[in-house]
This record gives sequence, structure tokens and C-alpha cells, in this order.
Amino acid sequence: MNDKIVLKTEHLGITFGGLKAAQDVNLNIKEKELYGLIGPNGAGKTTVFNMLTGVYKPTTGKFYLDGEDLTGKSEETINKKGIARTFQNIRLFNNMSVIRNVLVGLHNQPEFRCSPFESMLRFPRHFENEKAMRDKAKELLRIFGLEEERNNLACNLPYGKQRKLEIARALATNPKLLLLDEPAAGMNPNETEELMETVRKIRDEFNMTILLIEHDLKFVSGLCDEITVLNFGTVLAQGTAEEALNNPEVVKAYIGN
Amino acid sequence: MSTLIEGLSIGSVYALIALGYTMVYGIAKMLNFAHGDIIMVGAYAVLTTMSLCGFPLVAILVAVVVCTLLGIAIEKVAYKPLRGASPLAVLITAIGVSYLLQGIAQLVYGSASRPVTIIDMGNVQIGNSAVRVSSIVTLVVGAILMVILTLFIKMTKTGRAMIAVSEDRGAAELMGINVNGIISITFAIGSALAAAASVCYLFQIPSATPTLGSMPGIKAFTAAVIGGIGSIPGAVIGGVLLGVIENVCKSTPLAPFTTSIEFGLLIVILLVKPTGILGKKRREKV
Amino acid sequence: MTAYFKNIKNGFKPKNYINYVVITLFLIISIISQPKTSTTTLLANMGFAIILAVSLNLVVGFLGELSLGHAGFMCIGAYIGTFISNQIFDAIGSKLVVLILTMIIGGLIAAIFGYIVGFSALRLKGDYLAIVTLAFGEIVRDICKNIPAFGGAMGLKNPHRYGNNLYIVAFVVALIMLILIQNLIRSKHGRAITAVRDNEIAAKAMGINVTYYKLFVFVLSSFFAGVAGVLYGSFNSIILYGDFSFNKSIEILVMVVLGGMGSINGSILAAALITFINTFLQSKLPGDLSALRLLVYALILMIVVIFNNAPALHKYKEKYSFSALFAKVYGKITDKFYAKHPEKKQARITDDSAAWNRVPSKIKMDEVLSTDILPDDKNNDTDTEDKRDE
Repeated sequence: MNDKIVLKTEHLGITFGGLKAAQDVNLNIKEKELYGLIGPNGAGKTTVFNMLTGVYKPTTGKFYLDGEDLTGKSEETINKKGIARTFQNIRLFNNMSVIRNVLVGLHNQPEFRCSPFESMLRFPRHFENEKAMRDKAKELLRIFGLEEERNNLACNLPYGKQRKLEIARALATNPKLLLLDEPAAGMNPNETEELMETVRKIRDEFNMTILLIEHDLKFVSGLCDEITVLNFGTVLAQGTAEEALNNPEVVKAYIGN
Repeated sequence: MSTLIEGLSIGSVYALIALGYTMVYGIAKMLNFAHGDIIMVGAYAVLTTMSLCGFPLVAILVAVVVCTLLGIAIEKVAYKPLRGASPLAVLITAIGVSYLLQGIAQLVYGSASRPVTIIDMGNVQIGNSAVRVSSIVTLVVGAILMVILTLFIKMTKTGRAMIAVSEDRGAAELMGINVNGIISITFAIGSALAAAASVCYLFQIPSATPTLGSMPGIKAFTAAVIGGIGSIPGAVIGGVLLGVIENVCKSTPLAPFTTSIEFGLLIVILLVKPTGILGKKRREKV
Repeated sequence: MTAYFKNIKNGFKPKNYINYVVITLFLIISIISQPKTSTTTLLANMGFAIILAVSLNLVVGFLGELSLGHAGFMCIGAYIGTFISNQIFDAIGSKLVVLILTMIIGGLIAAIFGYIVGFSALRLKGDYLAIVTLAFGEIVRDICKNIPAFGGAMGLKNPHRYGNNLYIVAFVVALIMLILIQNLIRSKHGRAITAVRDNEIAAKAMGINVTYYKLFVFVLSSFFAGVAGVLYGSFNSIILYGDFSFNKSIEILVMVVLGGMGSINGSILAAALITFINTFLQSKLPGDLSALRLLVYALILMIVVIFNNAPALHKYKEKYSFSALFAKVYGKITDKFYAKHPEKKQARITDDSAAWNRVPSKIKMDEVLSTDILPDDKNNDTDTEDKRDE
């Protein structure tokens, strides 16, 4: 791990009609880091994700990806600049096959650029791109062990594989930072174990920086290099997993007095 | 003055129809495209009863009963199987129902316009302009029905159940509310209001055609949107506003473009403030 | 240029081109048989209907938004086309040249309006958008009715009718449109469009430019509707605003729904069928009995949609829908085929299916037709871009 900061947020905050869903969130995520964002229900974790991906526009503060200010940009722009995400409640393209889901993720890669008119008139570029995209998609699916199922409909995959496909699709957009929203939700201990392996693998093979939300403290402490604990939209503690989880404030928030 | 009263009375017809739209949209979460055609059925019910017995009161009663039953039947046959299906499917089916009713009416009564006179109430002098008594009656009937409906929803157990279903259908079901029953009641009330609207409409324009309901239907939808769909006072305000705008338009040189102006208004409001004057905002949760 | 054909040859899958062949053959047979005037009218109307239905399917089936104003774009095309033709006809003289010019101009102007309507699709969805398109169609009609240059309520006269051979032009245009639209759908852009339909939030998160694709689809769809309008205008001696009412939009929608939303071949068949029924009923049903046509439309809309979408009917749909029946028949043929040629079974192409409706039929329809790909081990590449959703 080096010390280059990939994502930096400064006093990031948002208010919904008087409700401060998140305020003063400061994160510094270094390259190739596995960063955890945890907190009780309603702590504002997903809200932070939604701000970082452009679904919500922050009312205060700014965030930078590789030093570039992306505050208030649209979802599409932010994705193109290099932040990709998965969703808490899986959002695959259910009526499409597995490989098409990944192909949609590859849509914006500069090497596959091809205007609609080129496609409509079947320029050579169209054929070259389609083939290259397919190869790339298959390679991604192979890494996630989904190659066999590539022609099945996404909605027919078992739950754990749907989660994996969502990650593969996000990686297809070639991000600098990957946001995983509760990747282990609804998984049994074995699947969780496997997922931890997968996340590590992604970091190592893709040199990926990963920010993840999770409830499962074991998952987080076993996986993350650094974590931030949120409660009622504010930061309770930051630091290595051990430091943060032993913080008395955090214990209080999770277990009560 | 008479322009204003005429506008107000056609506006209250729109408001009555808009109430049906708004209730169904608020509670069943669907655009009942066939709502306008229920008015047409009401008009033909009045026509038939009048030619059979000639008592206006009986005719009105028959229209209300026919429309109410029809509303329930449509809901059961066409919309209930599609609960949980995509909104696109429901809307297309509703268009189908609308066509079905128009087709049947044309087969039975022919496409030509048929005169329907319930009662000729004559004119009354207000200030220095003559105003049709029927306009004033329409206005009064409209106002009374709206008050009754508001009280019904606020005061009765069924009304509160309706609010619960419109807020969150799943939760309402878990609380032991019979959601299907409530939706049927909603359609029944909406259709009964449509019957009232058709009687009031016949006061204004005493003739019936198979396509009588389409235009008022779409205009009433415009009214419901202007007022904020799902909101009862909104439907009333929207309806009256639209009626007045329409009548004022008709008395200016812009008269040939009245329809365009009304539809243009609809588009502008949907684009600028889709929630209307009194509507609530909903957003999809990510 | 050779590379171009080589690419087409490499990606060649017969089933993708069957509809082109069928339409071309149909057209050739029609021309050879030297049809009567009544038949040419029917054929021309079929051509218009195919263009309208396929272009509407682009919005309804692939983008997943209901448009109730398709006749409005047609109206723009018809009025503009005829108006321009009246102005320039004497200067040019050739009917075909005038027709081609007016088709381009009329299509482009309709496309501009499509762009405007597409803008509302960016803010609105579902019911609200449907109502906006409906309102748009009515406004267009109302305005065309009140423009003195367009003949007002009396209609716009067209002294330069193209004549009975218009059906050839209509079918050629339909063919060109078909090639362009199918190529679009079977490309990364088609994937993006269906992604927006399936899950807009996820599509945005994948960096798909939703604004661009929505506008693009609306513009393309309205362009072809405008072209169909120009053709329609040049076929009639008078353009009446009443021809482009809400009922016309619904008629096109019925074709799309009957053919299956998201199925281009379905739209073509349904467009031809409904036009045929229409013409047939028109001559058989005088006066008020024409309401039977409304009833047929109404029943088609209701029955097809309820059958396809009612959650309670899913199991029947899997058994009895047309695609399921087809699949059954194909399955039987395939089994027999494989019994004879077991070596070909390895080469079978699994379907990269992406049906619009959620329930996939279990048997893969394309197996028979796709066995032309060589059972080469290296080339045993079982993905086909061309799925069932076109």
C-alpha cells in the first residue's frame, strides 16, 4: 500500500428538510486500501454512498477523486470519472443475460467507443468492438466464476452469484474506486467467508481501492485496513479496525449503555 | 359574469370527474383511463331510463347504480388480475377498457348524437346577465358532493382505511385492512361521482355520444394533475380553475386553440411541477 | 469495403436476416403479380403500418415508455410533406425525387418534435409521460387544423398524388428502417437502451448516459413516424386532421401490443394483420357496425396484456403463449435433428435471451437456426449477441 490518496471527502454533509442525514464526513482513502464504513441502521452510510455516486447532491462539503472535485456531478459523470458501486438491494438488469449485464458495464470504455450511427450502418468498428467487449466480459466473468452461467438470465442466478455479478458489472466500468453497499447482506457464514476472499482478490488483481458498507463486524474487522464508524449521520470514530471498534463511543452506539 | 358562472359550473363537472381520477390514482396507484367513459355510460343510462319512464329522479338514481356497478366490475375483471404487474400493462389495459365501453355504446346506441333532456330549468337574472339555473345547480351539487366525500374520508373507518392503503398498501394489508375491498370501494365511489358528473354534464350539454367521455375525461385528468394528483381539495381547485380558464379562453380570439391551451397547460404543469398545487412528492429510494 | 462484407459474413446468423428476406420476397411477389388498385391500397397501408408499429415499438418495447402520441408525429410528417411537395413540385417535376426530399424534410421536422417530447421523458415516466404524449398528439392536430396554410378544417389538398405504386416505396422505406433499427438494437447501444428500461438507476450507476439514449430513441422513432406520415400524405388526395386522432395512436399501439412489446418481427406481422383486418372490416361493416373494430382493438389490448402480465396467469402463459408453442415445436424438430446428427449438438448456440417479459421460456428457440456455425473447437464460442429481444 502506498500513501496516494484516491478519495478525499471534506466536511461532506446533506440535509433532507431539516434532517441531517450525514454531516461533516471526512474520509481519506489511500490507494489499494480496503476501507470500511460501518454504523447502526439509519446511520447514514448509504446516504454517504449516494452522495459519492451522485444520486444525492451534497448540501455541504466536497469530495475529490484523485484530486479532482466531483461534488454535485451527475451519476453518469461520476461513474465515468472512476467511482463504481453496487447496491444494497441488488439492482441487476434482470431481464438480461449475465454476460449482457457485464457488457453494459463495459459500455463507456474508451477503447470500445462506437457511435450509434456506426452501429446502425455496421461499420467494421462495430464488429471489432463487439468481439473485444465479449472477450473482456468473459474474462471478468471467469474471475468471478460466472463463466458457465453467462447465458442465463441474471434474475435466475442464486443470490450469492447475483451479488458477485453486480461486483463484476461494477468492475467492468474500470473504476478507480469501488463502493460495495452491504455485500454480505443475506449471506450465510460460508458465503461471507467466500466473499471476503473475493474482495481481497479484487483488490490484489485489479489494484482496486475499495470502500464498503457492512453490518457484520466480523466481516469488517477481518477484512478492512481502516474503518469509519457513523452514527446519526456523524463520524463516531476513525482508525484501524481494532482502534475504532474498541472506541467506547462505538461500543455505546452498538450495544447501548 | 355569466362566463364566470358557466366556467365555474363546467369546472365543477371537471372537479367531480377529477375526484374519481384522484381517488383511484391515490389508492390503486393507477391511471383509470376508462373513467371518462363511465360518464358516457351514465349519460346513456339517463337517456334510456328517461325514454322508458320519464322521471328525472329515477333516471339519476339508475345512472348512479349502473355506473357504480360498472366501476366495480371493471376493477374486478380488468385491473385486479394485473395487481403487481408493470404500470405500463395496467395503463394499456385501461385504454382497452375505454375502447370497449365506447365500442359497446356505439353498437347499442349508434355513433350519432342523441338528445337527452333531464329537466329544462330555464334562466335566472343575476345582475344584468342571464345565467342558466342548471349551472347554479351543478355548482351546488358539486360543492355538496365534495364536502360529503371529504367528510367520508376523514370521519369514517373506511375512509381512514383508504388513506392507509394509499400511504402503504403492504403495511395496510398487514394491519388487517382488506386492500382488495378498499380498492373496490374506491372504484365504486369514483364511479358514483362519475355518474353525478354525467348528470351535471347533461345539464350543460344535453346530448349523448359514445365519445362523450373522452374529452371531459382527459380534461378532468388535467384538472387532477393541476391540483396535485391524489389530493381531494386539489382536484376541486384544479377542476374549477380549468373550467374557468376554458370558458374565458372561449370568449377570446384564441377560441380555436382552447384545446391546445388546455393540453399545453397540462404539459407545462407536468414538466414544471408534476406534483401539482397540493400534491406530495415521492422519490424512488436507492 | 471488402472488410465490411467480411465482417458481415463473420457475424452472419440467418435468423437475423430472415425478416429482410421475407419482406423483400413479399414485395417482389406483389410487384410481379401486378395487383389491382384495391390491393395496392392495402399494401401501401401495410407499409405505413409496419413503419409506424416498428418505430413505436422502439419507444414502448425497448425504452419501456408508453407513447400515446405517435399519430401526432405522423400528422406533422403528412402536413409538412404535402405542404412542401405542393410548393416544390413544379420546380422539380419528378414524383419520386419530391417524395424522397419531402420524406427527409418531414422526417427531420417530426424528429425535432420527437426531441422536444423526449425532453419530457427525461423528467417524467409511466402514466405521466403517456399523458404528455397524448396531449402532444392532440395539440399538434389542433394546431394543424387551425393553420390557414394547411387548409384549416377543410384539410390540405394534395394534387400530386404519388399513385398506386407508392406501396413499393413504402416497403423499401420499411426495409431500410428495419435494417437500421435492428442493427441499432443488436449493438452496444441496444443494450444500453434496454438497460435503461430494465433499471434506470443501475444504468446510470454504470455510466450509461440515460438522457442521450432517451432522446435518441424518441428522435429516431418520431423520425420514422414522420416519414410514414409523408408517405401517407403522398398517397391521399387530401390530408385531414381527423386521420391522426388519438384513435390512430391507439391503433398503432394495438399492433405493438399484439405483436409483443420488444419484438420487431411481431410488430411487422401484427401491423400487416391489423391493416388487413381493418380493410376487410371496413368494406363489410357499414355505419355503426364499424364499432366492432373498436371492440376488436379493445379485446386485443385487454386480453393480450392481461394474459402476458397477470401474475396469476404466468404458468398458463408458459404453457400456451405463442412463443412457448413455437418453442415446443422447435424443440421437437431439434430433438429429431440431433437424433440424426449428434455431432452437431456440440455446436448449438445457447440463447443469450433478454425477453421483455420476465418469464423466460425454458426451451431455446434459436438452436435449429443457429447450427450453421462450424463446430470448430476454437470457434466454439457459445455467445450470440443476437438474442430474442429484437
